[in-house]
Amino acid sequence: MNNPQLNAEGELQHLLTLEGMPPEIIERILDTAVPFVSIAERDVKKVPLLRGKTVFNLFFENSTRTRTTFEIAAKRLSADVINLNVGVSSTSKGESLLDTIDNLVAMNADMFVVRHSQSGAPHLIAQHLSARQRAHIHVINAGDGRHAHPTQGLLDLFTIRHYKREFRRLTVAIVGDVLHSRVARSLIHGLTTMGVPEVRAIGPQTLLPTAVEKMGVRVFHDMKAGLAGCDVVVMLRLQSERMKGSLLPSAGEFFKHYGLTVDKLALAKPDAIVMHPGPMNRGIEIDSAVADGKHSVILPQVTFGIAVRMAVMSILGGG
Amino acid sequence: MTSKQPAEGLPDAEEALAALVEKMRGAVSLDAKLIGIYSGGAWLAERLAAILPGELPVGYIDVSFYRDDYGQKGLRAKVETTTLPFEVEGSRIVLVDDVLFTGRSVRAAINELFDYGRPEKIELAVLVDRGGRELPIEATYVGARVAVARELSVVLNRSGDRFQLSVEPVTSEPRE
Repeated sequence: MNNPQLNAEGELQHLLTLEGMPPEIIERILDTAVPFVSIAERDVKKVPLLRGKTVFNLFFENSTRTRTTFEIAAKRLSADVINLNVGVSSTSKGESLLDTIDNLVAMNADMFVVRHSQSGAPHLIAQHLSARQRAHIHVINAGDGRHAHPTQGLLDLFTIRHYKREFRRLTVAIVGDVLHSRVARSLIHGLTTMGVPEVRAIGPQTLLPTAVEKMGVRVFHDMKAGLAGCDVVVMLRLQSERMKGSLLPSAGEFFKHYGLTVDKLALAKPDAIVMHPGPMNRGIEIDSAVADGKHSVILPQVTFGIAVRMAVMSILGGG
Repeated sequence: MTSKQPAEGLPDAEEALAALVEKMRGAVSLDAKLIGIYSGGAWLAERLAAILPGELPVGYIDVSFYRDDYGQKGLRAKVETTTLPFEVEGSRIVLVDDVLFTGRSVRAAINELFDYGRPEKIELAVLVDRGGRELPIEATYVGARVAVARELSVVLNRSGDRFQLSVEPVTSEPRE
């Protein structure tokens, strides 16, 4: 299948999903992010790569945190950043979305960072730009519906590689609300692409997608069995605001079975790391003693996230 | 590596290094800091630090984020991490590179350095000056001068502890 995020030469043109992404490109992004981590430790936290470029943060769905990290990343690359919070309007899609894009193109946009509640919206924008001969404008998916959140997946991969050095011998567990999680989807695609031999999904039947095994993961409904021998534990946010109807008896019940506590974490390897994409629900999917404990790399994830987004933008924005 | 051509007309790299050391000895301040530009300049800075009197600290700089051809050529495949294990502010810096050609890498390195602080002084030491400048930049210390056709790039190679120079056709990688 034609992969619209790669150009005819196989180079990255847009970042829409990690599904089907060649491992060399993922590795290049991770490698490029390494020197960007140290840029953030300097007095002058800025390099001139995107000087004179205009990046539009187009958030059709609210997310202060993700928007902020993209904004910081673009600013540290010296780009001009315009934030557009188009809001939570589920009716504005299709033609009105593309009209918005055309208007911003007329303002000489160079890059769009798109968050949308509809799966496929960034893809649609990328196709639209190609059809209008605007293929030099790049689209980065900052989360679309339940589909993908590729920069989160990449920063998770970066964090895992940072602490565990290589992917090929790891056991990684993803715990909780996989069903509603684009973070989980992107991470699963990234992990399997990079050769992680065992990826586990742990959660109740009602919060796991029906065909999740087809993505190459082992399913566990018992958290203790699933955590045994894990190198990496990725806790997902319980997305209660997305849940329609009762997929769960109660948040307290969820914590009892699937909340990460010190006792449950003891079943993983002694040097296991604990990750969470944020924002955390303390006492629902993760206990404070774990979130603030020595296994937690949740705050380094945030730091690395900026470097990874800088890497993506600088690979896309070059000639 | 089959693309390499015989080093015709090129000086012996070890002799050029000895000549460079002679020029730097006594002239480089004893509290100077050496900063090698990746990758050839980084190797050269390490050799210089081992030979020159005093214990000159060595830093490494990758100028990829400051290159002026990013808009045409994009980012290099592999960007190294700039590592300066000392204060740049107020320091006497000797930038070190293997080959001085257009001067664009040196321009990028100077720009990057100023994002770390305001050095008291920056000098430039190069193993080989091949002419062909496109910017008003000159080296303070030069090991050897050569004339090579513009279509060829002069490359420093390292085998064991020894340096060797060769010429190669210009690749798509940005030239020094």
